Amino acid sequence: MKNILLGSLLIVALAACSSTSLKQKAPVSESGATTGGQRPGQSSATTPTTPLGINPLKDANNILSKRSVYFEFDSALVKDEFKPLVQAHARYLVEHPSTRLTVQGHTDERGSAEYNLALGQRRSDGVKQAMNVLGASDRQIDTVSFGKEKPKALGHDEDAWAQNRRADIVYAGE
Amino acid sequence: MPDPGQILIKPSMKKRLRFAVVLLFFAAVPIAHAQLAIEIIGGAGKQFPIAVVPFANEGTLPQKLTEVISADLARSGQFKTVDTSGINPVPVEPEQINYPDIRGRNADAVVIGSVLPAQDGGVEVRFRLMDAVKQTQLAAASVTAAASQARATAHKIADMIYEAITGDKGVFSTRIAYIVKQGRRYQLQVADADGFGAQTVLASNEPIMSPSWSPDGNRLAYVSFESQRPIVVVQNLLAGTRKIVASFRGNNSAPAWSPDGSKLAVALSRDGGTQIFLIPSDGGTSAQRIATSTGIDTEPTFSADGKWIAFTSDRGGSPQIYRMPALGGDAQRLTFSGTYAVSPDWSPDGKSLTYLTRDNGFRVALLDLGSGQSMVLTESTLDERPRFAPNGKLILYATRDSGRGVLATVSVDGRYKTRLSTAAGDVREPTWGPLPKN
Repeated sequence: MKNILLGSLLIVALAACSSTSLKQKAPVSESGATTGGQRPGQSSATTPTTPLGINPLKDANNILSKRSVYFEFDSALVKDEFKPLVQAHARYLVEHPSTRLTVQGHTDERGSAEYNLALGQRRSDGVKQAMNVLGASDRQIDTVSFGKEKPKALGHDEDAWAQNRRADIVYAGE
Repeated sequence: MPDPGQILIKPSMKKRLRFAVVLLFFAAVPIAHAQLAIEIIGGAGKQFPIAVVPFANEGTLPQKLTEVISADLARSGQFKTVDTSGINPVPVEPEQINYPDIRGRNADAVVIGSVLPAQDGGVEVRFRLMDAVKQTQLAAASVTAAASQARATAHKIADMIYEAITGDKGVFSTRIAYIVKQGRRYQLQVADADGFGAQTVLASNEPIMSPSWSPDGNRLAYVSFESQRPIVVVQNLLAGTRKIVASFRGNNSAPAWSPDGSKLAVALSRDGGTQIFLIPSDGGTSAQRIATSTGIDTEPTFSADGKWIAFTSDRGGSPQIYRMPALGGDAQRLTFSGTYAVSPDWSPDGKSLTYLTRDNGFRVALLDLGSGQSMVLTESTLDERPRFAPNGKLILYATRDSGRGVLATVSVDGRYKTRLSTAAGDVREPTWGPLPKN
């Protein structure tokens, strides 16, 4: 069942990518993360291809270059808008069985450091489990939480908090 | 404390000084003269009026004792120090006190004293605390110490005055620990409770969090990201040695000492979600899981009698405070108001818990375990990690002020506040050390 699901996902993705591969995505605005519109990592359900010789993980036109999944306050639920991103990385792991990555969980600064550490772990575990369901092997994915200790945005408002409530996908060797 | 007693505080002072030579394999050079500046925010409430008359010959010491004693008493929020200028001649013995003058300054008690040379270049400090109304002695002592220990001697005397008037132990001779974050540099610092004498005991380019003081005051447990993931380390403050006590797969965090110092309750994610385990405080490979939930269980804190552990759990949907027997067993929910209650700390008398609640911001709250009633103590919006003073009368916590992380204290009735800040950087993750043994 899992293989059938994965196979159909691949077909859908491959069918969709040919028409969008050269479209340039608008640069993602850091401060625009909470103001609606396109959020970091958001994507249509398509996967652009990457020309030979270019690392798809680094290709700005490829969804695999998008590495951050964003969350609501005190939530580890992967929202629909980030599912294509998670699916793309899961698929990459399936296609590259020797590749490994770490999912790093982060939270905003509000509340206790320790509860946030646990919440960040739950976020990274949630992303990992979603990838496992899509066929990525357990041993390919490590998880770690930095809680609120390593904020990307240093402000103290909802804008900054929204950017810090996230899980980052980091491939081994990066 | 009716009779004068000889109190030697030299041994503990030697111990204290050894903090200065703690060196670690990746520690930076300790910052000289680092200290927290204290600002009294003040507040309402009944304060005991006291006259602290300058001690004879205290000008010979590097620090005037009565300045430190007065500052200590004022900072507690329970005393109001009255103006003693113009008292002449300065009384040294009780019969020299002009009580009508003291009463005219609205003081209910008066402190007098003197500094005398002692053997080995040290000093003997004698003081008396007199009831200004009844004109009777409330406390008196002679303290022998090195002249360089003027501040510690003054704290000791302030403790005796505090206890004689309030009946509670003073916390002026205790220490606090906290994290200073400056740029990408993290420092674990230990300072006197008034912010003086701060020493960096660990410096790292990776986060440090959750320091917790051992019951004997000699060790700190904390969480370090030095190996790119959270592990629990116990550091001996006297020897400067460090030992990794929890480095299981996943997160290792939230260390809390059992009252006998033999065990640490920790939060581990090795089996999946974050759950609470007991480990020996000197490390080892065994970890005993004491609770099982499908949610997050973390932030354990032992009751003073060691029988209970309070902790944060979101097993009911939102994070709330629960308690369970320390050896494991059914958990009972303690907080019911609001959608977010975390970071519990059990009071020394076991009767209340302080915690962080979401109530128009993240604020310090106090839960009375007898009545089940909670009271929010602060009006700020980004408070963190409330921790009791070892006498249970003040709560130390982290908050933000003008965009910077600072420490603050609030009295358990919420009426009196002080703020402690550094010259640079954010101060976070405070913990208050135990009462000194002697």
